[in-house]
Amino acid sequence: MTTYVLRRLLLMLPVAFLVTVGVFMLIHLTPGDPALILLGEDRSPQAIAQIHQQLGLDKPLYVQYVIWIGRLGHGDLGRSITTNQPVATAIGERLPATIELGLVALLWSLAVAIPLGTIAAVRRGSLADQVATGITVGGVSIPNFFIGIVLIFVLSVSFRMFPFGGYVPFTQDPLENLRHVVLPAIALGTAGAAINMRFTRSSMIEVLNHDFIRTARAKGASWKRVVFIHALKNALIPVVTIVGLQIGGIIEGAVVTETVFTWPGVGRLAVESIFDRDYTVVQGIVLLAAFSYMVANLMVDLVYGWLDPRISYS
Amino acid sequence: MSTTSALLTTEEPIRRTPIGVLVLLRGYPRVTAAGGLVALLFLIALLAPLISPHDPLAVNADDSYLRPFSPGHWLGTDELGRDLLSRVLWGARVSLPVAFVAVGVGVVGGGIIGLASGYAGGFTDLLLMRVVDALLAFPGLILAIAIVAALGPGLRNAMIAIGIVAIPVYARLVRAITLQLKQLEFVTATRSLGASPARLILRHIIPNLLNPVIVQVSLSAGFAILAEATLSFLGLGAQVPTPDWGQMINTGAAFLANDPWLAIIPGIAISITVYSFNFLGDSLRDALDPRLRG
Repeated sequence: MTTYVLRRLLLMLPVAFLVTVGVFMLIHLTPGDPALILLGEDRSPQAIAQIHQQLGLDKPLYVQYVIWIGRLGHGDLGRSITTNQPVATAIGERLPATIELGLVALLWSLAVAIPLGTIAAVRRGSLADQVATGITVGGVSIPNFFIGIVLIFVLSVSFRMFPFGGYVPFTQDPLENLRHVVLPAIALGTAGAAINMRFTRSSMIEVLNHDFIRTARAKGASWKRVVFIHALKNALIPVVTIVGLQIGGIIEGAVVTETVFTWPGVGRLAVESIFDRDYTVVQGIVLLAAFSYMVANLMVDLVYGWLDPRISYS
Repeated sequence: MSTTSALLTTEEPIRRTPIGVLVLLRGYPRVTAAGGLVALLFLIALLAPLISPHDPLAVNADDSYLRPFSPGHWLGTDELGRDLLSRVLWGARVSLPVAFVAVGVGVVGGGIIGLASGYAGGFTDLLLMRVVDALLAFPGLILAIAIVAALGPGLRNAMIAIGIVAIPVYARLVRAITLQLKQLEFVTATRSLGASPARLILRHIIPNLLNPVIVQVSLSAGFAILAEATLSFLGLGAQVPTPDWGQMINTGAAFLANDPWLAIIPGIAISITVYSFNFLGDSLRDALDPRLRG
């Protein structure tokens, strides 16, 4: 196991290097000079040269990369071009809201996916199964920003059950916080629910065909007990891998959902920064998204082996 | 030579020509239904200039905010009095080509990388696959947004961005199949007869890649349409006044309280289109994957 973890970490190194090169190059692919964005109207050659020197843009590209990666090692993602705030602080301030939204969305997706996926598998071919399959294909076909807009129209504008946007910190008012998170979480979690339902269904069908299920039934265990105690536990192993990747991809989904619901998280910060041409912030967020996705991939591999000891690490 | 031909014939059962695929698909009504839906969407995109009742860009302030089923405007009009039905029909002419150019970039880029990686093996494979891994390390939409952020908003850049996101998917797929095919006897036999690598790839490997790539193209097209709509919704894809579905939802969202159809109708158009491609991809996979065939 230790050898496997070390080998996986070693394999991650060249990929991590290429990811950092890609993210670093992001700022250099952008049309225009970052100094011009910073300077606004005062665009004298001296001022431009001074900014270039301050940002290190006058140095060769590989030197800039080495300096950037050195700072990165100390958690320094640079400073926002527009607000001059450290990028790490800007992201850190917005991250709790994104994590909260992502986790509630995940809970919603599992609360829908596991019961419906199980019912669809147990009653395979029935109307319930066909409805669940329809929801699955529909869930991944409807854009989450459209789900968000429909939810706002129905539950906020028409029935006034939930606020249509904004955020209240949990520490300030827990109840209001929950009221604000419901709609964005449903919008964000629906596609995940569809995918998780599909995995639960197919995995459950496979497990229900195993000998140990027949043995459990032959020993007199009720169908309910067999499904929920014996089968479900085993059927959820592949679902864990998908859920792990969904956790790693929280920022990706949050970009759109946070924009629709004016949720003050990292995703909305990314969109705002793109329009402000604040490339250091965009760079920081892209790097965070890529690394959380890579770490999630690694964790999923490790947890999968731990959950299912038959999987060999050799 | 006749013995060799016989050998190649018997060793080539996994290769299917497009005609063979059509024959195979005749037995799958789901594929026919999904294919029909997708064909209808293409027909709408193609005939939009002829079937649209109005010019999608024609502004008419006197007719703004007309509700659906209004005389002369079946789906109503937007805040500038533009006919919504015409804009939705023309939207197909924006979304479908964008999706297909993006998927084309993915197929060509990923195909070349996958073929080179799988066929050459060794250091080439190691190097190319690390680049592919690095691309896969980015969540798809984040990578697309990052590329558009770097290149600047606009439909052309959105197409490039979505295409780049699709490259690693095809590179992995094509590499895996090329590696398998390389081991098969008909390929080793052809190689031992002196066939050049170019001939081997063009005549024997690429035809065998068709089925899995066709399935993946249908699924990627669904993703590409969704990604294009998302980028346009965020203001990073199509720009005003292009009749683009994502961009129409973005504008329509501001009028949700009184005129919800402005956002809901283009949303339904995106959902139906993505559903059609996903449905086609799923059905094709079921039909073409021998492991799923009864």
